Amino acid sequence: MADARRGDCVQIHRVVLEAGKRAPQVPVETMRVPLEMKAKGFLQEEQAMIGQQVTITTFAGRQLQGELIAVNPGYQVDYGSPQPEMLTIAGELRAIVRGEYHA
Amino acid sequence: MRDNSYQAVMARRPDIIRQATNIDYQEFESGGLAFDYEKMMGQAAYDIDQIAAIQRDAGVGATPLMELKNITALVRQIAEPGKGARIFLKDEAANPSGSFKARRASVSVYHACKHGFPGVIAATSGNFGAAIASQAAMRNLRSIIVQEVFDSRGVGQPEIMEKGRACEAYGAEVLQLSVGPELFYTFLLTLEETGFFNASLYTPFSIAGIETLGVEVAEQTKKLIGRHPDVVVVTHAGGGNVTGTGRGLRRAGCQAEVVAASVDLSGLHMASDTDFNRKSFTTGHTGFGVPFATNPDRVDVPRNAARPLRYMDKYVTVTQGEVFYVTEMLAALEGMERGPAGNTSLAAAIALAKEMPQDQVIVVQETEYTGAGKHPSPQLTFARANGIVVRRGNPEDNVPGKTIVIPEHPGQMAVKNVDLDKLRHSYLRNAVGNKRDLSAGDLAFLAQETRLSPAETERIIADFLSGQ
Repeated sequence: MADARRGDCVQIHRVVLEAGKRAPQVPVETMRVPLEMKAKGFLQEEQAMIGQQVTITTFAGRQLQGELIAVNPGYQVDYGSPQPEMLTIAGELRAIVRGEYHA
Repeated sequence: MRDNSYQAVMARRPDIIRQATNIDYQEFESGGLAFDYEKMMGQAAYDIDQIAAIQRDAGVGATPLMELKNITALVRQIAEPGKGARIFLKDEAANPSGSFKARRASVSVYHACKHGFPGVIAATSGNFGAAIASQAAMRNLRSIIVQEVFDSRGVGQPEIMEKGRACEAYGAEVLQLSVGPELFYTFLLTLEETGFFNASLYTPFSIAGIETLGVEVAEQTKKLIGRHPDVVVVTHAGGGNVTGTGRGLRRAGCQAEVVAASVDLSGLHMASDTDFNRKSFTTGHTGFGVPFATNPDRVDVPRNAARPLRYMDKYVTVTQGEVFYVTEMLAALEGMERGPAGNTSLAAAIALAKEMPQDQVIVVQETEYTGAGKHPSPQLTFARANGIVVRRGNPEDNVPGKTIVIPEHPGQMAVKNVDLDKLRHSYLRNAVGNKRDLSAGDLAFLAQETRLSPAETERIIADFLSGQ
């Protein structure tokens, strides 16, 4: 069973520069790891499995090759959790504006 | 087959940039250190009326300027008697892509369209990406945004991931890279392969596009209170915001003091895989603010049109915790959920207003949209997950990359002054290097760049060349 089919929105990954072949000015912790790239687009192969080398057509219409890492990947952004340190600020500030509180 | 190693691509850089930028920078060169900055701004960009028309056509600019009455009242409660300047805010989040960057993008994209480029590319992890993608969508051009997003664990900075989502919403291809300055290498390869326009943050188009912001600040303040502002505070990173706003204020005949403000991220290395996710602010910080002020030409075009030392009268820093605090303040007291990174200048303005007389006016010249990933709650959630201690306390105890200290009281808010003379000296060292045959034109240029007298400029250079 294929993970993705032609036309599916997928994400690919590839190594742009190998570890050790980075720009000479990067600090050692960066030099030790590769420069990696992820990109999204529409799968060109009839079908593909995660981990396979595939070709995509990006939203700008370019063909890019890389390892298939995700099918229709979600946006990993959210609003996190309310922060206890922030929750009382509104009340404190309103009290100061009303002249009810002085440090 | 073409050699696409890092060294080979960097060596092809001048040709790639020339083709992709459509500006002959040679025209402005003098053969020495100096170049004709005003000629470059005058010839390569459009005039201010054309820019205003381009922006009007694209729904950019003419954003509201409003008085922050409750925050001003708050400041007066904690200030000495008679102190507490009126604080005004320019709501740049009202631009189509949610930030002042739409002004920069509008002119670049117009130019790319006019000259028949099939698309535009920008290397940016900030709001500029969404601005380019949005303007490109309006003009039926394709866009590619190259971002630095994740570390070697694959963990993405939430603010940058949100900006990537926004770029995709406007139809852009987003290339998400791991940490490192070689983002520029990928950027060059992509320019070379596509023949797209280099929508750099640092072309004359980009900087001239911000001049309308300075003009609007001056004119709208005058309309509201009958005169120009006394102080304008500008969030400072790559230098374009300070330069464009400063130029626009001068163009409008406004003599306001221009205060640049950055979040203090000293001690964190910008190219470090391990420091990358220990910061909450991906722009508006000293990691960009200091190097771009002291070495402006190290960018993706031969001559940077952003020359912030020419326009800043003062440079101050605030802490990450103070910016989160004022972001909450702006929402709670003024009913405006914005930022946080764009509120860096608001944090500085509150501290400055406290020391200014009540009859003075201070303008914060930008806001930016907020959203998932950007908002303080996801950023602080992320900070904790990366081992940062978040607590209430005195912002003086804030340590970038280790703690985020959110003030307990607005009276604790303060700015730290960056010594502009030190930055000027550092600029001169970078510009001059070991060069000993400076012409009179070079010295005059360096004096303009640093706003020092020619004699002072010469003395400082002679001192460091003789090893003092």
